[in-house]
Amino acid sequence: MSARVDLLERSWADRPGFIGWVTTVDHKRVARRYIATALVFFVLAGVLALVMRTQLGMSENRLIGPDQYNQMFSMHGSAMMFLFAVPIMEAVAVYVVPLMVGTRNISFPRLNAFSYWIYLFGGVMIFIAFVLDIGPEAGWTGYVPLSSSDFSPGKRTDFWAQMITFTEVAALCVAVEIVATVMTMRAPGMTLSRIPLFVWSMLVTSFMVIFAMPAVMLASSFLITDRLVGTQFYNAAEGGDPLLWQHLFWFFGHPEVYIIFMPALGMISSIVETFSRRPIFAYTPMVMALVATGFLAFGLWVHHMFATGLPPMGNSFYTAASMMIAVPSGLQIFCWIATIATGRPRFAVPMLFVMGFFALFVLGGLTGVMLASVPLDLQVHDTYFVVAHFHYVLIGGAVFPLMGALYFWFPKMTGRMLGETLGRWQFWLFFIGFNVTFFPMHLLGLMGMPRRVYTYQAGLGWDLPNLVATLGSYLMAISVLVLVFNLWRSVRRGEPAPDDPWGAPDLLWATTSPPPSYNFERMPVVTGRHPLWVNADGDPRIDLPVLDGVRDDRREVLLSTPVDAIPVCRWALPDPSIWPLWSALALTVLFVWSIFDQWGVVWGAIPAAITFTIWFWPKRSDVSLRSDE
Amino acid sequence: MKRQMQSVGDVAGLDDHAFGSGTISWWGVTGFMLIEGMAFVLAIGTYYYLLHNEVQWPPSSDPPPLFWGTVFTVALVATEVPNFWIARMAKAQRLQPVRWGLTLMTVLGVGVLVLRAVEMDAMNVRWDRTAYGSIVWTLIALHTFHAITDVFDSGVLTVLSWTKRMSGRKFSDVSDNAMYWHFIVWSWVGLYVVIYWTPRWL
Repeated sequence: MSARVDLLERSWADRPGFIGWVTTVDHKRVARRYIATALVFFVLAGVLALVMRTQLGMSENRLIGPDQYNQMFSMHGSAMMFLFAVPIMEAVAVYVVPLMVGTRNISFPRLNAFSYWIYLFGGVMIFIAFVLDIGPEAGWTGYVPLSSSDFSPGKRTDFWAQMITFTEVAALCVAVEIVATVMTMRAPGMTLSRIPLFVWSMLVTSFMVIFAMPAVMLASSFLITDRLVGTQFYNAAEGGDPLLWQHLFWFFGHPEVYIIFMPALGMISSIVETFSRRPIFAYTPMVMALVATGFLAFGLWVHHMFATGLPPMGNSFYTAASMMIAVPSGLQIFCWIATIATGRPRFAVPMLFVMGFFALFVLGGLTGVMLASVPLDLQVHDTYFVVAHFHYVLIGGAVFPLMGALYFWFPKMTGRMLGETLGRWQFWLFFIGFNVTFFPMHLLGLMGMPRRVYTYQAGLGWDLPNLVATLGSYLMAISVLVLVFNLWRSVRRGEPAPDDPWGAPDLLWATTSPPPSYNFERMPVVTGRHPLWVNADGDPRIDLPVLDGVRDDRREVLLSTPVDAIPVCRWALPDPSIWPLWSALALTVLFVWSIFDQWGVVWGAIPAAITFTIWFWPKRSDVSLRSDE
Repeated sequence: MKRQMQSVGDVAGLDDHAFGSGTISWWGVTGFMLIEGMAFVLAIGTYYYLLHNEVQWPPSSDPPPLFWGTVFTVALVATEVPNFWIARMAKAQRLQPVRWGLTLMTVLGVGVLVLRAVEMDAMNVRWDRTAYGSIVWTLIALHTFHAITDVFDSGVLTVLSWTKRMSGRKFSDVSDNAMYWHFIVWSWVGLYVVIYWTPRWL
């Protein structure tokens, strides 16, 4: 081992054992636990779905009662959206983005660790509340007046509203980290027109998080203050307005769908480019499509409110806007198809999931166009047709690409390959199970079955489609078990992964599998859009230009200009610290305390201020050093 | 396949700090300003949304008393003079002016917070009376929370400047802290117009 590597190892090493585990600020370790935690929440929320499907498998079933059912569908939706979908997409980005842009850590490593802890505590809190029979009961959308004190007495909705606060704080921290990473830490030469499409998708997603999530934090804060300190935001009798909730919630909620979907688009681009063995077709229009989707996503929220009696002119505008967003999505799908058609595609497991995405997302998109038209929406509003639509969009549009990405990036994250045969079994079980589960729901919705009912009478013609859907959900559960088994087996004794098992074009694959704590021994330089390819046929490049001069004896990285990626300065990143954890604990105390007593916000702020101050107290990395000092 | 690394340059001569959009911390502060700015925008949107539910605005009370709100606003805008100055001193990395500037900004920050407390005391509506009261108090409370955060940050930086070695990175922090105070000041000017003048102009 060279002296340089030895020094780097020491500078970037975590402390050993448990202390190292709780103090680490390595983006890869934090991302891995973020992903694992999100998968656990996915499984828990999935189990809730199975119980609900079992309840609905036959008419007038008595497996669970209405109150439990309310809590279960509320928890299922809340956990899937706030504890699984958004966090796992961001978590994958926390792992992948710094490597793709060729740097050694994420921009704010301690904030990143803090974000994970606050997310974990928020998720654990809501599941503990659920187990104690104080889980949310007003749906993941928490509409007032259903969620107001009058109709949701006790603490159930307060826990839900604070869970929102936890997860939004975590998501916003990661969004800022990703923006700062992409804008300042790209390898020299990686101009805006050379950024990998996944990084572009995460940049747009992060800006969307920054502009969308304040809306739900405001909405849930108004809700909790209405419930706890007597504000009147949603009380029509005192000048408040229940529809204000829906506006604020959907101003967040619609972009939220794209916040989940946009990273998936980036994952697909990475997979399609690699497995087609040719550069992505029409890179610049693809970037423009991502940016356009990001903007348009903020102009659609009222299409969730067509049934609230808004002026027809306004409804027409939102119908048009909803139809318009199909254009950039369609453009990307055509570009991927063109890439595959003109490349030399290999249909390994990640590509299978992309193929599944094409089929399912197009179906979900078509029912989306149907729902965007007011007359049809009014007919099927709050029916299983809507449930079918958004599961096609969210599972087809985001979970399929995510699973593909898991197979694609797992070798880099663990140094092991995932089993290909098991992967194929998993894909087909999931694809078939998904369609068997959700396709009948279109028919159920058209037959008039409302969503969020715990049971239904026999003789309405709903029994058979419900039974089929329930059987399909068991197939999906088996598929997830196969995935868990595949992960477990590969981690234990999977085939060792080479540095670049797929022949991919981006810097992520220029380092070892798994990468060392410092990611890159020397800072890479980029001279084209595909740093690891020598030509448009995807032939591997055997050399990698690098820059010297970044210090090895502390956690230093190279910063570059936001547009042209010209080196600006060296920048030391912080060492491991326990204080992000203590800060997250202090903030958790504040959040939970405030559910029971408004003064918790004041008294809880004291330990929070102390822990945050110690966290930010000057550290070794804050001291300026010349390169030879 | 092991790729051959080829050195194409050396960056040892670069500084290990910078100011402005070339730094991570600038993007961090800017990111959080965007988040908080968006929250202000949406809260202001809520104010005007609720306004449409009433025939008279404010409902069942007079417009908020102008005097202390205006005194607070003038005082807050006046702090921009030393704030701009300290941002310049930080970029020039001049230790003594930065130390005294931070001290002054902390004292002024505490001063405007005291004025804020007086302004709140003079407010003529409770948050639990009407939705109007709720949103007015929310706007003021949101802004106060951010102001307290920045005054606290200035206080911590003041202590550091007198007790620890100040190098390039810390001067960069002072500059970012000044940028955040611009946000505190000018976001309030917008909120002041909304809270105090909307009821008078409409």
